[in-house]
Amino acid sequence: MRTLAPFGRRPARVAGVERIGEYDLLWAEDADGPGDPRPGQFYMLAAEERWGAGSDERPWLPRAFSYCRVEDGRIGFILEDIGPGTHRLAQLREGERLWLTGPLGIGFTPPASGRPLLVGGGIGVAPILCWSDELGDAARVLLGFRSAGYATAASLFHGDVALATDDGSAGKLAYVTELLREELDADAQATVYACGPPPMLEAVRALCAERGVTAQLAMESGMACGFGACFGCVVPTRNGYVRLCVDGPVVDAAELETALVPGSGH
Amino acid sequence: MTPAREIELCGVALRGPVLNGSGTFDAIAARRTFGEALLERFPFDAFVSKTITLAPRQGNPPPRLWETPAGLINSIGLPNKGLDGFLASDLPELAQLPVPLVVSVMGFSHDELAELVGRVGERDEVAMIELNVSCPNVETGLVMGADPVETTRAVERTRTRTDKPLIVKLTPNASEPQAVAAAAQAAGADAVSLINTLKGMALHPRTKTPWLGGGSGGVSGPAVRAVALEQVYTVARAVEIPVIGMGGIQTGRHAADFLAAGAAAVAVGTESFRDPAAGARIADDLAVILASERGLSESAGTPAGTRAET
Repeated sequence: MRTLAPFGRRPARVAGVERIGEYDLLWAEDADGPGDPRPGQFYMLAAEERWGAGSDERPWLPRAFSYCRVEDGRIGFILEDIGPGTHRLAQLREGERLWLTGPLGIGFTPPASGRPLLVGGGIGVAPILCWSDELGDAARVLLGFRSAGYATAASLFHGDVALATDDGSAGKLAYVTELLREELDADAQATVYACGPPPMLEAVRALCAERGVTAQLAMESGMACGFGACFGCVVPTRNGYVRLCVDGPVVDAAELETALVPGSGH
Repeated sequence: MTPAREIELCGVALRGPVLNGSGTFDAIAARRTFGEALLERFPFDAFVSKTITLAPRQGNPPPRLWETPAGLINSIGLPNKGLDGFLASDLPELAQLPVPLVVSVMGFSHDELAELVGRVGERDEVAMIELNVSCPNVETGLVMGADPVETTRAVERTRTRTDKPLIVKLTPNASEPQAVAAAAQAAGADAVSLINTLKGMALHPRTKTPWLGGGSGGVSGPAVRAVALEQVYTVARAVEIPVIGMGGIQTGRHAADFLAAGAAAVAVGTESFRDPAAGARIADDLAVILASERGLSESAGTPAGTRAET
């Protein structure tokens, strides 16, 4: 499922940055872009001004983000201030401008049969949110976070969600994969959609492989370009290396020996 | 009025002087991403393919990228479908691009290189061939493009296999790129292009072992522009054949600098990663700058290419 991107990067006005617990939710007015990106697709983002000359003279390349919601002509991106790129993006204020390229890559494919089971971990809730918006009540949503401060992002979801945290400060004291195991015990016909840190994705992959459950994983890798030019974002699959930016970021879990890829999620 | 920008490079008419660096733009993947808009506003005046080798290659294990101050280190490892796969599946798609096609080839021996050039050269869709000589010759252990004698042999061996223009892509990791360029010219090359990436490395922040799956990599981006400009300037004074200059070009002004240093054409590489349409933007800005400089030199007798701006 792919919506084509306009060719080239384009300026987009920042409509605002909301604090959502430990995360920032950046809203961009994308007047020149398509209003119908597919959940799981992503955009390359850079600040128009002061992109560079930050910590260690970085950032320089744009950064890849799954969009989390399209609302009133605005596109939302959830980010966590953890490096020079996310730090600069988190500083943006209403009226400043971004460079935007996208939507890029291939998004989630609806289930052939069975109930969609959506699993999001940490910042990986971004594509799960728009996918849940689209699927509505048909989908069951399971979310995991480090702690209550991060779990505030669960409030963005319109319907009911099951929540777990690593320290038990919100929801159940568990990894989200334990919630997934319980759901699969009850319904082995589900189709799983997951996005989160590599160890979580690997746990989801292994569990679904063991149960013979179909799973689509939205994966992450460092990217320079986002449109297949640099060949930098490959993950190993049973059919060789695959570029996440053009043949992903959503990958059929059955294609993977492992979801743990050197260099991802560092 | 749009300023005229056509050039002729090695006898091939180009609508302008802005190419892409090999391996920095995959027109087939870009078309999947951007659709036909890519062809309507194709950003380069000739398209240089990613380097192909005789046998298919998977490329290096990840991670393959590291961001540096104003640049990038990559260790991609030339993944490609091999000569047969390229000719069967990629060439027909690349032939649909609205600009002449340059195919980049790399051989791990002179025999391999000769076969690649011979078989690519017989295809009508191919306008020119670029020899990527930044790899070791498995027979001698020497990096072909780092050594004038190796370069002479590589060009002599391939020259007899095609009448198409041969471009030698020079590596900056040579003690005297101008000597390699002169050797390429003497052996029958029609042009040289430079620079390829500079060798570089990054360490894992925690383990302090090399970050890149391939160990070391190649540095590109504006971080290398001053190095590239000096090498283009020096090489352009050592050879008569055209020089295609590249290395960190981000703006029309940078491109104009490379032309003023002696390049006949320029190539955009890493900047396309930041903006897929960078080539078109740079070409437009360059045309305006060159027209204005021509106007200045005609009206006030100022030599073209000089400016006091800092």
